Amino acid sequence: MLSQLAFFVLRGEYMKELNQNRAPIYEALEQFREMRVVPFDVPGHKRGRGNPELTAFLGEACVSIDVNSMKPLDNLCHPISVIREAEELAADAFGAAHAFLMVGGTTSSVQTMILSTCKRGDKIILPRNVHRSVINALVLCGAIPVYVNPEVDVRLGISLGMKRDQVEKAIRENPDAVAVLVNNPTYYGICSDLKAIVQMAHKAGMYCLADEAHGTHFYFGDNMPLSAMAAGADMAAVSMHKSGGSLTQSSLLLIGPAIHEGYVRQIINLTQTTSGSYLLMSSLDISRRNLARRGKQIFARVVEMADYAREEINAIGDYYAFGKELINGDSIFDFDPTKLSVHTRDVGLAGIEVYDLLRDEYDIQIEFGDIGNILAYLSIGDRMGELERLVSALAEIRRRHHRSSKGLLSQEYLPPVVVISPQEAFYAKKKSIPIKDSVGCVCSEFIMCYPPGIPILAPGERITEEIVQYIEYAKAKGCSMTGPEDPDIQNINVLEGGR
Amino acid sequence: MELWFSEFHAPDVKHSIRVNRHLYSQKSNYQQIDIFDTPEFGRVLALDGNVMLTERDEFIYDEMITHVPMSVHPDIRDVLVIGAGDGGVVKELARYKTIEKIDLVEMDPQVLEACRIYLPENASKLDDSRVHIYYDNALRFIRKCYSAYDLIIVDSTDPFGPSEGYFTREFYGICYNALRDDGIMVNQQGSPFYKQDADAMRRSHQRIVTTFPISRVYQAHIPTYAAGYWLFGFASKRYHPIDDFEADKWNQLKLETRYYTTKLHIGSFYLPAFLEKMLEEVER
Repeated sequence: MLSQLAFFVLRGEYMKELNQNRAPIYEALEQFREMRVVPFDVPGHKRGRGNPELTAFLGEACVSIDVNSMKPLDNLCHPISVIREAEELAADAFGAAHAFLMVGGTTSSVQTMILSTCKRGDKIILPRNVHRSVINALVLCGAIPVYVNPEVDVRLGISLGMKRDQVEKAIRENPDAVAVLVNNPTYYGICSDLKAIVQMAHKAGMYCLADEAHGTHFYFGDNMPLSAMAAGADMAAVSMHKSGGSLTQSSLLLIGPAIHEGYVRQIINLTQTTSGSYLLMSSLDISRRNLARRGKQIFARVVEMADYAREEINAIGDYYAFGKELINGDSIFDFDPTKLSVHTRDVGLAGIEVYDLLRDEYDIQIEFGDIGNILAYLSIGDRMGELERLVSALAEIRRRHHRSSKGLLSQEYLPPVVVISPQEAFYAKKKSIPIKDSVGCVCSEFIMCYPPGIPILAPGERITEEIVQYIEYAKAKGCSMTGPEDPDIQNINVLEGGR
Repeated sequence: MELWFSEFHAPDVKHSIRVNRHLYSQKSNYQQIDIFDTPEFGRVLALDGNVMLTERDEFIYDEMITHVPMSVHPDIRDVLVIGAGDGGVVKELARYKTIEKIDLVEMDPQVLEACRIYLPENASKLDDSRVHIYYDNALRFIRKCYSAYDLIIVDSTDPFGPSEGYFTREFYGICYNALRDDGIMVNQQGSPFYKQDADAMRRSHQRIVTTFPISRVYQAHIPTYAAGYWLFGFASKRYHPIDDFEADKWNQLKLETRYYTTKLHIGSFYLPAFLEKMLEEVER
């Protein structure tokens, strides 16, 4: 009798907390809308009435739920009811000890991971092809990067994952490091052996953090690379708005059992807005529900489309749409089959040139083009008809623009020479000089092509001849460069005194 | 009881046809397919609520999209027809004995099935031995063809639905590639009257102009289409629609028509001033 009673109590608990068909924030907002509460609080547009042009543009349904935190809708800074429930459901869906709804983009999730684990002067082991948000967080907290040089695929000119022995070496040489950060996957879909890296880090008493900005679907699809939580990582930053389908700027931060939830919340509250957007939060809630219910089918379909596109693109000739055949058990431990990356150099065009042609002449916007590759982002929302357009446009570009690939630069890995910490360099006394005259100086700001947003130079690094050449080439090919104070990217800030 | 089928020709303009009976209504994998029986226009085929053809005025469309290129190119043997699941264009083409092959690429098998049953006159030549039907995305089908056709007829729905891909530069590019060195592509190019249609028409004209050395637009009056005023695009690698027009030769074929004549052929390329201006702006 007792055991049966316990069973019912447990089941009651289970129904209340873990029903993935529920979306507590969405439900609370629907209920709130029905109550027709009179607003004498912010936002001042008052359900859109005060801003008719905005309401006409975004729609009444949208502006009427742009509301302030209040008891029935909870508060993102200190969730105790519906937001809390939504977070618990998200944690359950992703297999995490806890999940935080984030409204400052995955940038804020990444920063929180670093600020929660590193303090000033602490060392963190990471690959150099990290997103700018990682190094920005190092500027904020004063941690010192220890870079593991990633392998480079010579033909494709892309940085790969971290090899196990390279990570092991970095850990051995830096036993005082506090954490290891891993891209899972890289922008191009390449995964390191995350499980092994987690084990190495834990054995050495370090945390393992995962930037899963491009890996939301790992938690739901079949035959996907291992997700960070499943691999035992301590924290993961997940861009729900990329493959998960939520609104831009919404994100999830996941933690494992070894991380203190309350401390992470404090860190989040250091920088996160106190007016969290319910548009963003409800989009996370509804997307999580959708993924939990239908994620498996959705991503099976995305993989099917990506595989089809790879096959068709490779049949055109000269293009190379790469996939799982790259897997080598170490630096390419696994490959994300939803990523449609295409190597374009053999067509005689830089990736960025194909990217521009697709947009300017074919009205097709892809995710990015770099020196040698393009990436088309496939997701939940794609249809076969558009995929046929993309493939046909690539065939047309080849027919019209094919030329010798002589003289096209291959994207090489430029090993960084870290002279001082990013924070020290960022705040140091500096002067602005022309980039072409900067060889030998120590840079105090970022330079990167965006997207993909992986720094060519980060604060505190020595500027070399190859780096200057690379920057000039990328600019000439039409890459959008960002980072420096100088909007024309003619000049660069370097440390005074030269060092 | 009053039963009417209405279609928006523009956001603020509606065209209505009285209906006797709703004969067919199905949602296929691609679109909503409806066939009505009407007192004025006979049977009407609508896709996603847009009139595709009526028994009463389909001859205008089918004749103009077929005979104009057929009377310019002296030796058309291989023809590719895109869309046109109702069979009207094929019916017109099948009258030419010199045509050896007609490949029809239609995305949606259900359109053909419905037309065979409810528009048997239109679909009457779909079983001609020269006709080969492929159920496929046209972009995919044509991408793999090189110098394979003398004529491509693009008989698509309007550019805001499942046929959007057939109004794109990549589509015209692969059509160019699939045509022989003296090939012709003719497409339905929408209406220049209401703003949304006119903008789409201009965009597609611009894309054709940058793909083919010769690109002209011609017109016809089709009562059940938006504004009753319809355009076709004539894009070609070698033949000019008027300079290379062989009226006598075509007249010798003694094909009976109800709309197309060799005089009208030339006249249809003379466009009103506002349209000339609209096209010149994108041809620059």
